[in-house]
Amino acid sequence: MLKSKDLLGLQYLSAEEITQILSGAVATKKFLLGDKKAADDLKGRTLVTLFYENSTRTRTSFELAGKYLGANEVNISVATSSVQKGETLMDTGKTLNALKVDFIAIRHPMAGAPQLLAQNVTASVINGGDGMHEHPTQALLDMFTLKEHYGRIEGLKVAILGDIKHSRVALSNLFGLTKLGAQVYMYAPGTMIPKDIQKLGAHIATSREEAVEGADAVMGLRIQLERMNGGLFPSLGEYSKYYGINGDLLKYAKKGAVILHPGPVNRGVELTPQVTDGESSLITEQVTNGLAVRMSILKLLSAYREENL
Amino acid sequence: MKLLIKNGILITPQGETKADLLIKDGKIAAISKNIEEDCKVINAQGKHVLPGLVDIHVHFREPGFEGKEDIESGSKAAVKGGVTQVCCMPNTNPVCDNAVVATYIRARAAEVNLCKVNPIGAITKGEQGETLADIGRMKSAGVVALSDDGKSVMNSYVMRLAMEYANGFGLKCLCHCEDKNLADGGAVNEGFNSTVAGLKGIPRAAEDIMISREIALSESLDIPVHICHVSTYSGVEIIRSAKARGVKVTAETCPHYFILTDGIITSYNTFTKVNPPVREQRDVDEIIRGLQDGTLDCIVTDHAPHSLKDKQVEYNSAAFGISGIETSLALSYTYLVKTGKLTLCELVQRMCARPAQILNLTGGELKEGAPADIAVVDFDKSYVIDGSAFVSKGKNTPFNGYEVYGVVEYTLVDGEIKYCNK
Repeated sequence: MLKSKDLLGLQYLSAEEITQILSGAVATKKFLLGDKKAADDLKGRTLVTLFYENSTRTRTSFELAGKYLGANEVNISVATSSVQKGETLMDTGKTLNALKVDFIAIRHPMAGAPQLLAQNVTASVINGGDGMHEHPTQALLDMFTLKEHYGRIEGLKVAILGDIKHSRVALSNLFGLTKLGAQVYMYAPGTMIPKDIQKLGAHIATSREEAVEGADAVMGLRIQLERMNGGLFPSLGEYSKYYGINGDLLKYAKKGAVILHPGPVNRGVELTPQVTDGESSLITEQVTNGLAVRMSILKLLSAYREENL
Repeated sequence: MKLLIKNGILITPQGETKADLLIKDGKIAAISKNIEEDCKVINAQGKHVLPGLVDIHVHFREPGFEGKEDIESGSKAAVKGGVTQVCCMPNTNPVCDNAVVATYIRARAAEVNLCKVNPIGAITKGEQGETLADIGRMKSAGVVALSDDGKSVMNSYVMRLAMEYANGFGLKCLCHCEDKNLADGGAVNEGFNSTVAGLKGIPRAAEDIMISREIALSESLDIPVHICHVSTYSGVEIIRSAKARGVKVTAETCPHYFILTDGIITSYNTFTKVNPPVREQRDVDEIIRGLQDGTLDCIVTDHAPHSLKDKQVEYNSAAFGISGIETSLALSYTYLVKTGKLTLCELVQRMCARPAQILNLTGGELKEGAPADIAVVDFDKSYVIDGSAFVSKGKNTPFNGYEVYGVVEYTLVDGEIKYCNK
């Protein structure tokens, strides 16, 4: 049983709750691989996706997760909503409350926005990414992918390379992976390492090779092009040369180490195409797993609601 | 008009003394034991009698932002907090960068007639950091200092000219120290907690660099300068070493910088958002040391009231600022005097006499002949802070739920009772 009506970040979840979500996803994945995808766990419930930033996979994944479980599903396109008329997030929340929705998956460019929403609605709020803060469902699907592959999280060495500072994926993974006993190594240009992140248990490597040495999994993070324009690194070519993940680098990793990336990949920048499409890449599998994990979360939050609300 | 305050414990420049205080025609006429006079008497038995607080850094928002605060509501809040004199920052709308706005503020304050309200003029036109505001004319209209508070004058050459020109009119520049490029739109202190919360951080260096620059200008031009709301341990150290070699620098800090650390931001409570941001324990400790050794001359509030609509939004979108004028004395007493960091006399000096001296204001001391700006305070009485009960329009305090000691019983300005907690 989860301990809160909302899923706002992995920093707020216990190891037991994380494990429970991952276990639930084993069943939902099996269901997904079946012939017909029609369950009724969430029949009569309503899921709203409220995305203030662009997204293809996360949003579609939430929508389908709801639909496959039998929920009514509505998505609010911020570009054509009252938000454009200056409606505040709190007022949007009040409106959704009055519309009697049960679940809201929100993505927002500002950290803490899901908390603000969660405090003002009776619906369960699921964080689909907030600023540089957390992207818990992405980290859970990464962890599910690792657990499915290795049978465990504990004791794995995971190397995360890329823009750690601006990455909610990196932060959520750091919380989740360390809670379940993995070692997390990080490597990035100095401009992309957030202050004091080692106090959260991250090992900040001094070279790409050190980060990847003996790793069970190597995760690349998407580089946002506006970071280059902001002067955080000089050029994509230089980034790729010194911080990219290529075949040579992967020789330092454990044999059979897997490649993860939250997508969409800037091909030839964070990962070479050979790595992206290589046999150790689980990037496509991650997408299916994302669906399984989000279904598991919806089911668990629904159970929480039936028990507590 | 006479008024007698009997049996109180007076905080005078000579120290604590149990005595009576007689007010005549708005001035302190006599301080001695056993004064008998046929007039209205305030019995201050068991209470402390202090000079009214002089808060040289407030935002009363008028003209232009009366939804957040106005001179009347701000003045009411001031006297409730034992504050008898304030200096208002010029970031109003229009900006107080000319004699007309300065005159308006003085006129409104006279109408309201609660605490003394002194306008501070902008250093540059529109606080844009480019060309000097009408400094001479504003001086004639009654501004007591200059500041582009809310930001630094980023161009060092413009700042140099401002200091030189203002000095000719006997006006000091009060410097909000923040390198805009380095702060880069940050919302909180850059550190472990900004990383955990995913909020963009403002490094200490953004403040320290500008403190260093103002000190460098002051030193090379030999013109006094005042540093606003110091929040970093390193800033305290920079100021300390400058003072040691004789630079004419003075500095202030605020209660939130010697009480709060940035762990509070991870709740995303926007009432914790303030500029400069609250920092870490190391900073709190050094700011207290700075207050103890006089590196930091005075305690101000940077009273920055906001309406709820400016705060009930995403953390990044929320306005910076804390509504602090009603709680500064009780918070300072509770966290500095009750903890043994400062004596009550030292605290009073840093909240009354010293800020008045820095800007050449009258008041701030209990002595015969001085204006009867007085607060009668019960420091044995505690209460729990509740921002929703503030008389200020700004309910934005991060101290909700804090139990503090020090209830203001009376506030007198020029001998008139402007606030009474009865």
